[in-house]
Amino acid sequence: MVKVFAIILFTGVLTENFVLRQFLGICPFLGVSKKLNTAMGMSAAVIFVMVLSTAVTFPINKYILEKNNLTYLQTIVFILVIAVLVQFVETVLKKFMKPLYNALGIYLPLITTNCAVLGVVFLNLDKISGGDLNFLSYPYSGSLVNSLGAGVGFMLAMFLFAGVRERMESCEIPKFLQGLPITLIAASLTSVAFLGFDGVIEGIFK
Amino acid sequence: MYPILLAVIIVAGIGLISGLGLAVAAKFMAVPVDENAENIEAVLPGANCGACGFSGCSGYAAALAEGKTKDTALCAPGGSEVSKQIAEITGLAAGEVLPSAAVVLCQGNYHNTGDKIVYSGAKTCKMANQLYGGPKDCSYGCIGFGDCIEACEYGAIHICDGVARVNPLLCRACTKCVKACPKQLIEMMPLNEAKAAVLCANKDKGAVTRKLCKTGCIACTRCVKACPEGAIAITDNCAEVDYSKCTACGKCAEVCPTKSIQIIDLQKAMRKTGA
Repeated sequence: MVKVFAIILFTGVLTENFVLRQFLGICPFLGVSKKLNTAMGMSAAVIFVMVLSTAVTFPINKYILEKNNLTYLQTIVFILVIAVLVQFVETVLKKFMKPLYNALGIYLPLITTNCAVLGVVFLNLDKISGGDLNFLSYPYSGSLVNSLGAGVGFMLAMFLFAGVRERMESCEIPKFLQGLPITLIAASLTSVAFLGFDGVIEGIFK
Repeated sequence: MYPILLAVIIVAGIGLISGLGLAVAAKFMAVPVDENAENIEAVLPGANCGACGFSGCSGYAAALAEGKTKDTALCAPGGSEVSKQIAEITGLAAGEVLPSAAVVLCQGNYHNTGDKIVYSGAKTCKMANQLYGGPKDCSYGCIGFGDCIEACEYGAIHICDGVARVNPLLCRACTKCVKACPKQLIEMMPLNEAKAAVLCANKDKGAVTRKLCKTGCIACTRCVKACPEGAIAITDNCAEVDYSKCTACGKCAEVCPTKSIQIIDLQKAMRKTGA
């Protein structure tokens, strides 16, 4: 069981990295990766929201939508539920956990229905219906671990890229590449670097 | 069953339940926000200059609301007007903010002083200052790369012939430029009355200063003797005016051989530039 979860987790972090391999959540990736501490705050919020939204949408999908043959409503229902959930969590944090609210506060509403958050929910369901063996044995807990892995992968990508961007600050960049163009080029190179993780997970655990 | 009806019911039901949940949560978990702090922040100019000594406008507003400070006259950009408004909100006494503006105490422009080195490094005063105190002959004077311009949020400063000049009409007395100048050449001066000011900070001996700059203070002590109020003193080879004693009679400016001491009348300057 631990092995299965470890495979799911590391697949989510490395080989199926959300930002650098699946190109989800690019907006926050480019938007807040300028400084390391904001990047870390944002990533923490992403991990939190990803796990939470998977935990809630999974039962809704299974016991309400699938039972009534309404899976075509997934998108709208998930967006609704995740948005409400994040709002609710924000209120609760503000009341009971002020330090955590101050740390995550401004990022929570930003990622309410970020494509990476919605993406991880759908990918979990896809994996289960697609017959992924790891997921079939533990559908719910496997989904949760995969969400955690996706979040940690997002954090890893943000961490790496914040470093890259801080290095680029002191470089002399040709005028036509300054700003977003060079950032996108750097992002694609970082993404290519992640190709190297293909097959690594299988090699370690099998 | 009617599949469409079921879909509508389910989505509407989820929406209704979550909406109610949010409403209840907002009601029972509301965190009391200090309204005073919000109102005060709305009154403040929002320049976040830090002239009040707090971390920006919200910091000052919070300090006022929590009673950490009772001084309503700390906001220089807002002036007496804002002080009055804060007093209305908090019930504290309104204070008088003496209007002031920044003045650059240096006349070492291209006509009065020359360059000792050809500087080709980064064009910031802070960087240039570390290399023999800047490219100009006088290593106490304005470097003229405009760190103060960068600091000024109101566009009140410009470089004129290699020396920074502040437009008193635009200056809101936030003192950001005072902190930005690596030579500490910028000073706040009262707006409503004229004062004599020494427009030089050179601490070299008189003979050396004379070679470096046409309008440097050579510490000849003539102004000290001429001043009827005893407001001028010489420290470190440079004259200094005690603004609290100065009556702007103009005797010091008359006798100064290098014209480094002058009467600064910001109101007159404003009328000139304003008209």
